[in-house]
Order: sequence, then structure tokens, then C-alpha cells
Amino acid sequence: MKTEKEKLSDFVEEPYKYGFETKIESDMAPKGLSEDIIRFISAKKNEPEWLLAFRLKAYKHWLTLKEPHWGKLSYQPIDYQSLYYYAAPKKNETPKSLDEVDPEILKTYEKLGIPLKEQEALAGVAVDAIFDSVSVATTYKAHLKEKGIIFCSISEAVRDYPELVQKYLGSVVPPTDNFFAALNSAVFSDGSFVYIPKGVRCPVELSSYFRINARNSGQFERTLIIADEESYVSYLEGCTAPQRDENQLHAAIVEIIVHDDAEVKYSTVQNWYPGDKDGKGGIYNLVTKRGLCHRNAKLSWTQVETGSAITWKYPSCILKGDNSVGEFYSVALTNNYQQADTGTKMIHIGKNTSSTIISKGISAGYSNNTYRGLVQIAPSATNAKNVSKCDSLLIGDKCGAHTIPVMKCANTSGVIEHEATTSKISEEQLFYAEARGLNQEEAVGLIVNGFCREVMQKLPMEFAIEAQRLIGIQLEGSIG
Amino acid sequence: MSFLEIKGLHASVGEKEILKGVDLTVNAGEVHVIMGPNGSGKSTLSNVIAGHPAYHVTSGSIFFKGKDLLAMTPDERANTGVFLAFQTPTELPGVGTALFLKTALNAKKKFLGEKPLDAVQFMKRLKTRAQALGVTDEMLKRAVNVGFSGGEKKRMETFQMAFLEPDFCILDEMDSGLDIDALKTVGDGINVLREPHRSFLMITHFQRLLEYVVPDYIHIMIDGKIVRSGDKTLAEQLEERGYEEFK
Repeated sequence: MKTEKEKLSDFVEEPYKYGFETKIESDMAPKGLSEDIIRFISAKKNEPEWLLAFRLKAYKHWLTLKEPHWGKLSYQPIDYQSLYYYAAPKKNETPKSLDEVDPEILKTYEKLGIPLKEQEALAGVAVDAIFDSVSVATTYKAHLKEKGIIFCSISEAVRDYPELVQKYLGSVVPPTDNFFAALNSAVFSDGSFVYIPKGVRCPVELSSYFRINARNSGQFERTLIIADEESYVSYLEGCTAPQRDENQLHAAIVEIIVHDDAEVKYSTVQNWYPGDKDGKGGIYNLVTKRGLCHRNAKLSWTQVETGSAITWKYPSCILKGDNSVGEFYSVALTNNYQQADTGTKMIHIGKNTSSTIISKGISAGYSNNTYRGLVQIAPSATNAKNVSKCDSLLIGDKCGAHTIPVMKCANTSGVIEHEATTSKISEEQLFYAEARGLNQEEAVGLIVNGFCREVMQKLPMEFAIEAQRLIGIQLEGSIG
Repeated sequence: MSFLEIKGLHASVGEKEILKGVDLTVNAGEVHVIMGPNGSGKSTLSNVIAGHPAYHVTSGSIFFKGKDLLAMTPDERANTGVFLAFQTPTELPGVGTALFLKTALNAKKKFLGEKPLDAVQFMKRLKTRAQALGVTDEMLKRAVNVGFSGGEKKRMETFQMAFLEPDFCILDEMDSGLDIDALKTVGDGINVLREPHRSFLMITHFQRLLEYVVPDYIHIMIDGKIVRSGDKTLAEQLEERGYEEFK
């Protein structure tokens, strides 16, 4: 028997044995990951040479790395050679009408109040609904173009704005950053690209939801946002509707560059399939999100994480420029057998930099919910300030909540404040609300949303209302 | 058909029996008062009527407007018209009072198959009732019962009752911890709600609330049973002689 290492090196050094050209004709790459597969993906997407080189370099580095397991997460090792890294959408397998869609999903759509046409689009029914969104998206795009704002898929950006992509891709999250970042850099499928020119305030909330094909960005999504000097943009990722995907592994990267005096707000509602109530199935969401703040820049991350079986995600801010500001507002809700290990990193490098962390973890069922954060004040960061507040709410007595804040301060003028609480929904609170006519689910939803209010307030209005409803739905049946 | 009819009610917390056979009939429009020493089961009775999960009914029945209350969940009881003003209202951090009341009212409307109030109708109803009870806008913006003084909490309970317009109001020691002014406000709030279709069950230790809200009947509860019923003069006797002679 060969050792793993030998097998791996055989694999890496295996001579090129598939006819590269013939593969291009097919819609699907064979299982597994190799240089050939990466060349195949790159060719399929008609990518320039530099991007192929970027991917290959990332791949080679990935081979030297081990899957990280420091998170408070337990799952079966992922067999990377049994995954498909490129597949054109399979037309035959999409449902022909809503009658073919899982009634459980339809019920949730209904509760969220999603219009029928949109339900069809979300469930992947191949219908006219797409045409609606094409027209919406087109109007939207024309409007943005007037301001010089670029908002397109990353593949289009590679084709149309190669200098921008080449300059910034991997500049905040280098391909060597971590195991999943290396994997994503090697095989990323698609994602969003945003550029806000100098001095421009983006007049609308940019939503990945409105970008055509965003829903089919695949399992290795890549987002790159550049806010030039004195610009502003609010970006929304995801939607509250439950999303199913055949791919169990999702390893995305989001990179944000906030130039001098610019501000970026990035809001996420993540509702990937969490698995069934016995913990079977569900998405592994292993994400690297990071932003770089230049002088006087501000970056706010707001996330509402309710989906996925496994969440491994730490949206971070590198506060490089003087007076820059980083914010992280998070609600992570786990139910049944979900596991979330999420938090942030605030790296203070510039003078007078400040950061705020507000994390609300809600655990129900048999789930495990961990806040993991790092606040680091570098020797150069004179007068840096951080305020962190981490609250956990437990529903039932079979779940777990954990808080792991790490603070490193290398400048004596630094001020770090940390506060943490853990509480439970009491029988008295539930009874009080029920005695006013709320059923148990409404009562739990209201109390949990009250607990999350500080974070929910940071979401754009419409998103916030949907997110509140979503939290109620996700907790259904958690008491009893 | 009686408005509220309790027959042979026995209830326990854990292993301990607290109600040991309560019989009580309340007709529409009446105000009943239950008085009794500490630990006699007064608060247990109000919690059992409202459906608190910690209390277990071991035998007996409660019928409200002809419906079997014990077969209903607490929210169904509330939406059928039962209201419990709590002795010590619980705090709901982060849950705005206005939002809470809107959710409660619309839950009731939904239960009764009525249309929910729109934002304008809701605000109008909220403001009118709030003003009558001296509940300020600032209080409505606070989270439910968070940062309220004892007196403010009682006033909010009375206000919630006025807002939700229940048919059967249980007031669990509304007078405890209130000064004379607050007592008068709460008393006025109750009197305004006295109507032919609405009844009250007030639980109290003291006679002083009865100076503001004049009851039709007074019941004395001792050791889980109603041992004596009478009109308002019973309270006066009690004031003079204490519970000893009723034991």
C-alpha cells in the first residue's frame, strides 16, 4: 500500500494524460481535482493566462495544506477527490413545476411571503420567471452604469475589466491564506464583482440576488468589492428563502478593499439547507471573508446565519489606515444538529483605529454554537479601541454555546472592552407572551428577535423584516 | 350558561397539592374578589385559569363561555378572552412594548378570523388607551417591562388589559407595592373597563384597592378552598378580625 503522501505526490506529478481539447466539449469535468481539471475550468471560462497561473499556484499550495480542524465542529472528513469541480447546470434535473418541489420548502416560501413567480425561480423551476428578473436586472444595471458603478459577475469582470481584477484579486485574501481559501482560489466558479468609482455614493443597495445567475454561482463563490476613495456602497448577499444545493461543500471567498474615506456595508443572510432534524445532509459552509481598510475607511459586516449544517466563517477587518473603523454585527442561530463556529478578526494596524463587535448566538435543539474572535492591536496602532459584546441564548438543555474571544494588545495605549453573557429563554417569559395570545412559536420568535435586536437594526430595512420572520421559522418546533 | 364556571378544581405544583377543590361561578359584568392569607392558593388559581405550565390540574373543570378552558393552550385561552394581569410581570429584553401589543392583538384577530389592524388604526388605538392610563410614548418605546418601576409595571399591565379588551380579567395582586396615586390610576383603569359583558377576578391581600374598585362578591380562600363568600362587607369584617375565624 502506498502512503497518502506517496499517492498525493503520484497524483501531483502524474503526467498530463487526458486530451485537454476533447474535455472542453463536455459539460462536466470528471470527479476529483487535478491540474487538468483546473485547466479545464479555466478554458471553459475562456480565462486569460494570468488567471490560470493564479489558479494553478493556489492549487499547488493547497496540496501542501491540511484541512483545518481547530473549529468546534465535528464532521466526517471531506473527500476532495470525490467532488465535481465543474459542471454546467443540469437541465433535465430541474423541476418542471412547483408540484415537483419538496412541499416542506414550499411551506417555508409561503411563510416568508415570497411571490409565486419568485418561488419558482428559487426552486430552480425553468420558467418565465427568469425573464422577469432579466428585465429588472437590466434596468438596474443601466442605472448603475450612469454613475460609473460596475456590478457584474466575476467572470464578466475578468473579461471586461481585467486590470482591476488582476490588481485586487487575492490582495486581501491571498491564495495561501488557508486551506479553503487556497481551494477556492484554485477552482472558484463564479461570483460578484463590484467597483464603486471615486466619490460615488451607490444610490441603491446592491444585491447579489438581483444579479442574473447569482443563484447558480456554484459551490466556490468568489466576491470582490472595491470601493474607491470617498465612495459608499451597501451590499447584500444571499436571501432569506431557503436554498438547496446538491453540492454539500461550499467554500467561498469575499474580498473587500475600502480605500481612503470610503465606506462599505456588507450584509448577509445565510440560509443554506441545514440538514434534516436528525442532522442528515446539509451544507458545509466554509467561508473566508475579509476586508482591508485604508485611511478613514469604514467596513461593517452584518450577518444573519441561520442555515448550513456546518458554518465556519470569520468576516474580518484589517484596519491598516489611520482612523479606520471596523464593525461586526452577527446573529448566528443553530437548531437541531447544526454547528456554527463563527466570529471575526479585527486587526488594528493604523493609529486611532476602532472596532466594534456585537455577536448574538442562539442555540436550540442539539446544536453547537461558538463565537470565536480575535482582536489584535499591533505596536503601530496607537490609541486603538475595541468594544466587544458577545451574548448567547440557549433554548432547551441539549444544546451548547461557547465564547472564545482572543485579545492581543501590543500597544500600551490600546483599549479593549469585552462583555459576554449567556441566558436562557425562561418558562416565565414564554408564559407571559402566551398569556397575551401569542402561540409558542410566535412567542419564541419574538423573544429571540428581541435578543438580536441590536444586530437586526443594522440590516437594511426590508432585509431586516425578512430576517426576523426567518428566525421565527427556523426555530419552529424547538420548544416542546 | 355561566360566564365562568369552576367546579371541584384540584391543582398541584410538582407533588404538592395547592388547590383542593375550588368552586366558583362568575357571571357576565360581575367583579369578584378573592382574599386570603399567603400561600392559600390565590395566585395558583389565577395561573391555573390562564394555563401556566408549572401547575397541573388533577381534577375538576373550568368552563368559560361554554368552552372547556382546560383543554386549551394558554394562547387559545387568551384569545378566547381570558387576561391575566401578572403579579410580577416578566421582562422581555429587546422586545418593544408597541410591537409586543401589536403582535398580541393581531394574534387575537387572527384567532377570531378578523382582519389585522393596519399601522394607523393600531397607533390610534394604542395612543388613546395609553393616554387614559398615563402611559407615555417613551414607555411604549421601551422593551416590555424592562427598566420599569414596580408602579409602572402595574400600570402597563392595566394598560395592556385596556388595549386588548378581554372579557375576563384576572388581576393578581395589582395593588401590591403601589402608592396611593398609582393605586388610584390602576383603580380608575379598571373601573373604565367595567361593562356588562366583562367580568373581573381580583386577587388581593388588602382592602384598600376595594375602596377604588367596588366588588360584587368577595370570596375568602384558605388552604386551597373557598371557605366563605359574601358581598363587600366581608372585606370589612376581615379587616377587623383577620383570617383566623375563617379557618
